Amino acid sequence: MAITKSITCRDAVALVSDYLDGGLTWRARRRLERHLADCGACTAYLEQMRVTVATAGTLTEDDLPDDVLNGLLDVFQKFHADPNAAS
Amino acid sequence: MDDEVLVAKMVAGDADAFRQLVARYHSTLVRVARYYVNSEATAEDVAQDTWIAVIKGAEKFEGRSSFKTWLLRILVNRARRTGTREHRQIPTNPVDPVQAQRFDEQGMWREPPQPFTEVVEGRLANAATLAAVRAAIAALPEPQQAVVTLRDVEGLSTEEVSELLELSVANVRVILHRGRAKVRDAVESSVRGGATWQ
Repeated sequence: MAITKSITCRDAVALVSDYLDGGLTWRARRRLERHLADCGACTAYLEQMRVTVATAGTLTEDDLPDDVLNGLLDVFQKFHADPNAAS
Repeated sequence: MDDEVLVAKMVAGDADAFRQLVARYHSTLVRVARYYVNSEATAEDVAQDTWIAVIKGAEKFEGRSSFKTWLLRILVNRARRTGTREHRQIPTNPVDPVQAQRFDEQGMWREPPQPFTEVVEGRLANAATLAAVRAAIAALPEPQQAVVTLRDVEGLSTEEVSELLELSVANVRVILHRGRAKVRDAVESSVRGGATWQ
């Protein structure tokens, strides 16, 4: 079996997002995991990325301007009052 | 409440169900539209036109895909027809220049990242972190904003994002990497700021 070439922190960081997505080849994944096993800084980076992605996934409603919402609700009400009269 | 439940209520004329769907997805629609059109105002118009199409065509939604996917397809089709933006060259190198400065000639960290202990332990997993992530995503350039919104906020798979935006999976991954790195930077700044003042 070929010896897995070691990678730098810069290389490792470039792989982190794909790693979380399951997008690495097994070879790249192994290189990254070996690096992470010895590197606290890159492990912290990976963890930070995990937290960031998880936090993004909890974002729900944004503030919506009232005029946008009211304008759309107006169209909705009119359509349901008389679907054929839809502009 | 599930999207599908809200859609059923909406088709039956429930305005509050419609309002909830708009509140849930409007900002995502604007961000994704922004990838195709030249201005924020046009993106807003495309998003609003999409909702009007939904009002008039909701009964055509058959539930073969999720409501989210159906909605995003309507948006992308409209945005594409409206869009005049010339897509810039998609970067192929995942490490952007700003990121590269964090490493020395040997590729080692100049200043190693500190764990987000406060966030992980729930002490800072609060409004401030959420606000930092929200603001960072809103500040991303396109196509990063559309890709991060679809993949990480809305939870579409990388393949779904690739199909929707007609980008290769490899391109989606590169764009995602760059966008996530910037959002992470913003969370780091927010955590540091919080730690200093608490």
